[in-house]
Amino acid sequence: MGQIISDLSGELAQLFVSILSALPAIIGYLALIFLFLFLWGIVKKRLTPTQDYTSLKTVTFGDESTVVSDKAASIISVVLIFVIWGAFTGTSWLPNFLHAPGPFIGQDTFTYTVETEDGTRDDATVTLVSHRAGELPETPEITPGDGIAKDDVIVVQAYRTKLLSWDANDDVTRSEGAKIVAIDGREITRETDVETGFARVALTDKGTLNIEPGKGWQMESIWLPAPDSVVSRLMSVSRDGYQNVTLAEHLSYSLFRVIVGFFLGALIGIPMGYAMGLSNWFRGWFDPIVEFMRPVPPLALIPLVIIWAGIGEQGKIILIFLAALWIMAIAARSGVSGVAITKVHAAYSLGASKMQIMRHVIVPNSLPEIFTGARVAMGVCWGTVVAAELVAAEKGIGKMIVAASKFQDTDIVLMGIILIGIIGFGIDVLMRMAEKWLVPWKGRV
Amino acid sequence: MPGLQIQNISMRFDLPNGSHVQALQDVSLDLKQGELLSVLGPSGCGKTTLLNIVAGFLAPTEGSIILNDQPAIGPDAERGMVFQQGALFEWMGVRENVSFGPRMAGKRASEWAENVDHLLDVVGLQDFKEKMVYELSGGMQQRVALARCLANDPDVILMDEPLGALDALTREKMQGLVLKLWKETGKTIILITHSVEEALLLGERLLVMAPRPGRIHKEYRLPFADMGVGKDLREVKKEPDFGERREEILGMIWDMEEEIMGRTEESA
Ligand SMILES: Nc1ncnc2c1ncn2[C@@H]1O[C@H](COP(=O)(O)OP(=O)(O)OP(=O)(O)O)[C@@H](O)[C@H]1O
Ligand SMILES: [Mg+2]
Repeated sequence: MGQIISDLSGELAQLFVSILSALPAIIGYLALIFLFLFLWGIVKKRLTPTQDYTSLKTVTFGDESTVVSDKAASIISVVLIFVIWGAFTGTSWLPNFLHAPGPFIGQDTFTYTVETEDGTRDDATVTLVSHRAGELPETPEITPGDGIAKDDVIVVQAYRTKLLSWDANDDVTRSEGAKIVAIDGREITRETDVETGFARVALTDKGTLNIEPGKGWQMESIWLPAPDSVVSRLMSVSRDGYQNVTLAEHLSYSLFRVIVGFFLGALIGIPMGYAMGLSNWFRGWFDPIVEFMRPVPPLALIPLVIIWAGIGEQGKIILIFLAALWIMAIAARSGVSGVAITKVHAAYSLGASKMQIMRHVIVPNSLPEIFTGARVAMGVCWGTVVAAELVAAEKGIGKMIVAASKFQDTDIVLMGIILIGIIGFGIDVLMRMAEKWLVPWKGRV
Repeated sequence: MPGLQIQNISMRFDLPNGSHVQALQDVSLDLKQGELLSVLGPSGCGKTTLLNIVAGFLAPTEGSIILNDQPAIGPDAERGMVFQQGALFEWMGVRENVSFGPRMAGKRASEWAENVDHLLDVVGLQDFKEKMVYELSGGMQQRVALARCLANDPDVILMDEPLGALDALTREKMQGLVLKLWKETGKTIILITHSVEEALLLGERLLVMAPRPGRIHKEYRLPFADMGVGKDLREVKKEPDFGERREEILGMIWDMEEEIMGRTEESA
């Protein structure tokens, strides 16, 4: 137990350090939010000098009805995400002046100073050529120069490092006791590296030089691809597919599982909820099952479902079915229980029979709750299907992003994540539209 | 004999903790066809319980309800009910709400359409027939509830504080409407209210109930309802008798409330 506590406190300390190191970024972002608030305030004053009704209210702080989502803030916020994303990936969508400093690309030189055993020193020049991934520039011709140390050329890909065996062409070698003591005239030891302005030079244990061209502030595309490359990947994958499966196929499989699983869940869950809402026996029967299953996250069932049903379609549909089932049952139950007794009394005293009350009062009265449940269930189902596909699937949007992550196709991973978000959001918008249309009285009683 | 007889009704609620509440004790009442009875009493004296028993939503521990010489058991379309609020079906439009009773009885639209239209005109909702009920104000919703009850043509109309949730002005208008409908349709009506003025204005007979156990304390026969039909109710309120009665009953209920407060303080 003590071991666990000390391990966990170590984790906590580490987490705290990471948060501290992210603090400047967080503060910078907050500053941007306020900066744009200020700028937009000025712009708005110019645009609309008239006052609307809300501006006549003197008490707005704490008045919930006066807080509405500011469209301008939403637009600026989303655009800013793309700008930050583009700036730190050097996208071609942004003008150069908005780019964060990129990695060093091109050619530059530094000198190293060799000291032999007897204390004589000599300088030589190293020409560094750094290039982007996928490009191979020509190695420039140089003359070795004079002295015991001869000039070198080294070609390094951006974001990579390379060892320079500087003594390969020199008159003295490391085995004879020669060693490098300075770079560009500044002292170098194993502990202190030298920053030349375009590269970082370090001395290895063996005495060679480890050369790392400057990385700048931009992210390597394997970490974070530029937005334009994500878009062009979207184009190419939706045209040609990824690993012989088209994007449409991936998406259709995922949506198919969600829709079929959700409908099965609703088909069983709603009658189950009604039974629980209307009969003591059924309430007693299903309560322990539902109350136990509800807090179990569907993801925790994935291993069991794989053991039972394999990784085929059935297993995933069972999983989605289970994800939707409890939510729909609980929604239907509370929809039925939530009917005001006066409505039932009114229907009885108007001469309605039990069946008529069921059909004309209890069912319509429960629809708003059921719709709320359906919206929640759809969200959970969509999340669950993606997660299930991450674990085991042959097709599906989740499968696509794990496969891409194995090949470090980060642009596909990112594209997949964005698609998952957009589709999840789209599903919710559709559900809300259906709700407006089918239960217009919701929340208005 | 047509009419409503409430015979020796007693109602005892057994509470889960083993004790019980005697909500009504031996309440008897004879209502002739077409009488309007208003019921007053301090809170908790069993008015709602009595009405629910008459409506058939509760079975009394003792006694029986006789309507037109037939024992009335369970809820029925003969005994219509108008609730304080929240009893309309908001998933239906105004017209669907009002025609609910006839439709549930399996009548065709041609049989009820004219009557429903007429009733909506009578309650002053001619311009709102196609609206959804959640688009209406509280006063309009209560008119829909009245029309819905009338469309079913019950013998007895039971009202539990039907105007309790309305503002004073709307309430006064609705009181006139209730009187008018009562005279035009000749229905037997039991109306529960907390307003002494309302009880005096609308009740041909007035029942004051006393609490613990709920029982009939005093009964009055009043001339004001007949005076008020088709007249300005404010004129009726200026009658010297009216003020006298109001003070008398207010004092009576006030004393009962005092007594309840005293008793709870003692037991506390
Ligand atoms: N279902 C019930 N179970 C237990 N006790 C009940 C129940 N219904 C009513 N009572 C009790 O019966 C008594 C009468 O209640 P009732 O609702 O009829 O009073 P009321 O006169 O309508 O009051 P108010 O004017 O506040 O509406 C109260 O003491 C109440 O606590
Ligand atoms: Mg009551």
